[in-house]
Amino acid sequence: MHKAAPCAGIAFVVFSLWSAWGSAQIPSGDWILEKVDENLSSTNQVIVSKMVIHGRRETRTVEAKSWIQGTERSFTEYLAPAREKGTKMLKLGDKLWMYSPATDRTIQIAGHMLRQSVMGSDLSYEDMLEDPKLSKLYRAEVIGNEKVDDRDCWVVALTATSETVAYYSRKLWVDKERFVPLREELFARSGKLLKRVELKEVRRIQGRWYPMRIWFKDMLKTGEGTEFVVESVEFDQPIPEHLFSKASLRR
Amino acid sequence: MIRFLIKGLVRDPSRSLFPFLIVTLGVMLTVFLHGWLGGVMHDFLDTSARFSTGHVRVVTRAYAEREDQFPNDLALVDVGELLRELRQAEPELEWVARIRFATLVDVPDEEGETRAQGPAVGLAADLLSSSNELRTLNVPKALVRGEVPRSGGYVLLSEDLAQRLGLAPGDRFTLISSTMYGGMAIGNFVLAGTVRFGVGPVDRGALLMDLADARQLLDMEDAASEIFGLFRNRVYRDAQAVAVAERFNRSRQSDNDDFAPVMLTLGQQQGLGEYLDYVETFSGIMVFVFVMAMSLVLWNAGLLGGLRRHGEVGVRLAIGEDKGHVYRSMLAESVCIGIAGSVTGTLLGLAIVYVLQVKGIDMGRFFKGSSLMIPGIVRARITPATCYLGFIPGLFSTLLGTALSGIRIYKRNTAQLFKEFEG
Repeated sequence: MHKAAPCAGIAFVVFSLWSAWGSAQIPSGDWILEKVDENLSSTNQVIVSKMVIHGRRETRTVEAKSWIQGTERSFTEYLAPAREKGTKMLKLGDKLWMYSPATDRTIQIAGHMLRQSVMGSDLSYEDMLEDPKLSKLYRAEVIGNEKVDDRDCWVVALTATSETVAYYSRKLWVDKERFVPLREELFARSGKLLKRVELKEVRRIQGRWYPMRIWFKDMLKTGEGTEFVVESVEFDQPIPEHLFSKASLRR
Repeated sequence: MIRFLIKGLVRDPSRSLFPFLIVTLGVMLTVFLHGWLGGVMHDFLDTSARFSTGHVRVVTRAYAEREDQFPNDLALVDVGELLRELRQAEPELEWVARIRFATLVDVPDEEGETRAQGPAVGLAADLLSSSNELRTLNVPKALVRGEVPRSGGYVLLSEDLAQRLGLAPGDRFTLISSTMYGGMAIGNFVLAGTVRFGVGPVDRGALLMDLADARQLLDMEDAASEIFGLFRNRVYRDAQAVAVAERFNRSRQSDNDDFAPVMLTLGQQQGLGEYLDYVETFSGIMVFVFVMAMSLVLWNAGLLGGLRRHGEVGVRLAIGEDKGHVYRSMLAESVCIGIAGSVTGTLLGLAIVYVLQVKGIDMGRFFKGSSLMIPGIVRARITPATCYLGFIPGLFSTLLGTALSGIRIYKRNTAQLFKEFEG
């Protein structure tokens, strides 16, 4: 008993020092989210992208050009294939409209349609409407660290702070060095896994780290998932104001 | 002898009226319940067959697994060839292709922007090039407003949905759905008319369109969600349907592809087989319980009659009539009463069933939220069995009652008869 006491004291001191050092090294979840948002959000961006949708029967590719301003406004024009060419989508805050040249109709996408897939992909209209700034919508907590594609990552658990988000909780694997999520799992309130996302080919573009290839898998849907390939992205470009109006849909 | 017995029964109603009334009542109830249950079952199966299951139905294996999601990405292809093959191999069935799909009906305002929107379940059938499908789906009778589509681009909507969306015949609206390959399907259509089939799940939000229009909208050239097979007389025969399905599936046994067609009988879909078994068992139990209950009542009636006719039987035995002869004559009497009661009970029962077959009873409020294909107006149905089924309890139980109560005749000791009379 007498011999054990000094050992226990030393162990306690070592453990306390180690814990203090360890907690100083683990950043807060909210801080990680802000760093992620710094990489992925911008004042505005213009993206030319390709969605490769791997269905059970065949693979289709949908090409689009999007003009995105902050988190509230975006305008997308579909360029290919022929069936979808000329279809346009406008997001203004929490409202979404779609224009189809085949019918010459501007349709508001709401209610029943928001959870439907966009162009048959694994992305829903609700995904498109969601504010991309995670730090505004979720409370984050670091729950561990793991390697993804040989990169050290923080594992961050996100819980929604608002009732209006599409996914009640998320789990993010954030690159410790570049602060880009490399993997993401999206859950319903019940805890059911709804979607799995993998972000690849992270490149340095205009001073920020950006994934050029994102693989989405809707876990409730058949098919192999959807690849979102960024063909080109430009940040902080001037975007004409008239683009973010319903009139521009018919132009 | 028989004429003698009948004269006796007619001239002495005190010994025949009560058993006759009991038999009539029991047979009438049996006929009514059989006709009612048979009608409900027939309507349910018929509606299911016409709208959702066919008597047999061909889909892909993958489609069968998740058909509640209308997965047209798993639909049948090369349907023309498959239809030709089926029509040649199984000519006793009528084969048609159908497409089912989930869609959103978007109604524009004057400026072409969304005024109203609502989900609908689309059913596409060959409405234009053949009148069979219009007849099968009972479209002309179901029409509430407008007319049946006469050309492409015109669709029918359920009256309830059209009212919810504020649509009238002639109005233009847009349908939004997914193509077979997952792309966006969007097209403008004109409302030809509105329909009400009297079937809850269909009337809540159905949209009916021509197959060619649906194929164009959903990018399903020579494809279909399902192929329906319906017996030409519209009566489902399970054994025959099973044989057709087995022949078809055996011929495709080697094809392990997820998209290989598979044939399902009506009984193998949506738990209808269990329902059929349940109703048949229930009908059987019902008839059995009736026979037993009526036997008990008539046994009791026979006992009472026996007591009332205690003296008469005693005198007949005392003057030397053979016990067996007395017993047989009482059995013959009961057969006469059974036949008379059964005929009268069957006629009365048939009359009630006929009225319910023509008029029906509106039970729509009980099935309001139900997903079962039960028509709102439930009708009874006269079948050949309805005409003869009542004779089983009517004759059998009367005979059984008399046979049981008549046993007392054999127990009477002839030597004691005068003592009994003195008493």
